[in-house]
Amino acid sequence: MFRHPVVIRVTHWLNAICLLVLLMSGLQIFNAHPALYWGKASTFDKPLMSVASTEDDPPKGVTTVLGHGFETTGWLGSSAGADGEAADRGFPSWATLPSDQDLTGGRSWHFFFAWAFVLNGLAYLLYGLLSGQLRFRVIPSRDQIRNFGASMWEHLTLRFPQGDEAKRYNVIQKLTYLIVLFVLLPVQVLAGLAMSPAMDAAFPFLLTLFDGRQSARTIHFVVAALLFLFVVVHVALVLLSGFWNNMRGMLTGWFVIERKVEPVVAAVEPRP
Amino acid sequence: MSPLPTRRALLTGASAMAAAAILGGCDRLGNAGWFKRTLKTGEDANLFVQRLLLTERTLAPEFAEADISLVFKPNGTEDPPDKAYKALARGKFAKYHLEVGGLVDAPYKLSLADLRKLPSRTQVTRHDCVEGWSAIGKWTGVPLADLLTRAKLKPQARYVVFHCADTMDQGEDDGGADIAQDEGSEKVAPAGNANPAMTKQSGGGESRKDSGGQQASEGAAACGGSPIRYYESIDLVDAFHPQSILAYEMNGKELPVANGAPLRLRVERNLGYKQAKYVMRIEVVESLAGIGEGKGGYWEDQGYAWYAGI
Repeated sequence: MFRHPVVIRVTHWLNAICLLVLLMSGLQIFNAHPALYWGKASTFDKPLMSVASTEDDPPKGVTTVLGHGFETTGWLGSSAGADGEAADRGFPSWATLPSDQDLTGGRSWHFFFAWAFVLNGLAYLLYGLLSGQLRFRVIPSRDQIRNFGASMWEHLTLRFPQGDEAKRYNVIQKLTYLIVLFVLLPVQVLAGLAMSPAMDAAFPFLLTLFDGRQSARTIHFVVAALLFLFVVVHVALVLLSGFWNNMRGMLTGWFVIERKVEPVVAAVEPRP
Repeated sequence: MSPLPTRRALLTGASAMAAAAILGGCDRLGNAGWFKRTLKTGEDANLFVQRLLLTERTLAPEFAEADISLVFKPNGTEDPPDKAYKALARGKFAKYHLEVGGLVDAPYKLSLADLRKLPSRTQVTRHDCVEGWSAIGKWTGVPLADLLTRAKLKPQARYVVFHCADTMDQGEDDGGADIAQDEGSEKVAPAGNANPAMTKQSGGGESRKDSGGQQASEGAAACGGSPIRYYESIDLVDAFHPQSILAYEMNGKELPVANGAPLRLRVERNLGYKQAKYVMRIEVVESLAGIGEGKGGYWEDQGYAWYAGI
């Protein structure tokens, strides 16, 4: 079947690039002050979370979350730089863009790709609304909601739908996309904007919404982590449910539906 | 036999190699001039859109006294190493004078005591460092608009430059910076005239930096080094904003040395590096080409965006 119209395929891959660059340049920016706080201003003596290195030789990386310290040498706090030497840095060199400590470089990447991400996202939403794709893709149908429990079980046991049922996203996919599209991504953009002193002047409600700039920064970090988790699960499921078929679907639009249907609970439910 | 394991191994290997190649490629891209300029359009868009969203009088949020941070973290220079500054500080800045000049009809000097006699504004605002942290402080000072009005700006005035007392670099390449200035003012001035929205101008500065850098090393051989002190610049929109003040008090007390005594800029709606400390001289200019390496500030010349609203 022809599954993905060209606009969806193009916006999907642009979005993938944007998310990767935003994540890595975001970690670069985080590294400039690797600590998170709650509220209007930074409470330096009691951060919610912080990453630091010890005075030892070689230094150890220590991550503190809500007052509990963990040694994270090699990952957080202290890790080998591009030259292989141990360096004091929040996230390691391979996870940040640019790979060296470079706040202004990270900001340039981040802002450019933030614009690209937002414009690309708006194009996707506009197309999705006008074409009806968005409704078809992310709004669960009544029968799907009725069968929520069964779908959940299938999903957890990694039994992927076949036949007609594979032509649409299942209820968990739809709910996940709904949450990502209409909760996580908007919150992420607004929290990003709330960190801008000029945007706070233009739209003071941003500060009310997030309980202050430092909270907005923390939320921006947490939502970035949730989006990362979403991408990890997404890619894992792409691999598990037929990598080449999925890739062909998202590259050419054509997706093969397996016809040898074993009657799965959700698939035999009569349509109203 | 399932082909999966080999395929998986192939995929894993290929993705790891691709990832490494992409990372290295991104670093190289990020250092290429044309790509830097492309990325910079993101920051130009920030300026463009934020200037559309904010009126000249849109105020930055002000906070309650209860919100004031217990410690207002000083950053950057905390104790200027300069002898002249140290002498002023020892004398409790009794001999300090703020100089206002450049493209003005009535340049003048004012002592700290005279500045304190002028009408003042007090505001509790949040300071946002480009690194990511924030601190809230109460500032009292003279509205910059009053000081500029008093000096009578010439019609061609575009930017206000703050020259500070604190040495950042011992400046071997200072001679070169002078050469870059002369060269820059010729090249960049037309763009400045044509487009007061600054965005083009920074682009021009970018390409010029390379030639300036070469000139710098030649210049250093010829001229003796002189120190590079902190400098910053804002345009007239920010300069005449009601919350833009030159503060002499922080949290109800004399401004401490660590926070910029005797006088520092507060230009709320902007990040911390715009809030110049130890301000000695205000210079009104038409173009930033002649200031430092031409990008409008000490940090800007290190690659930071001139517009710091985000």
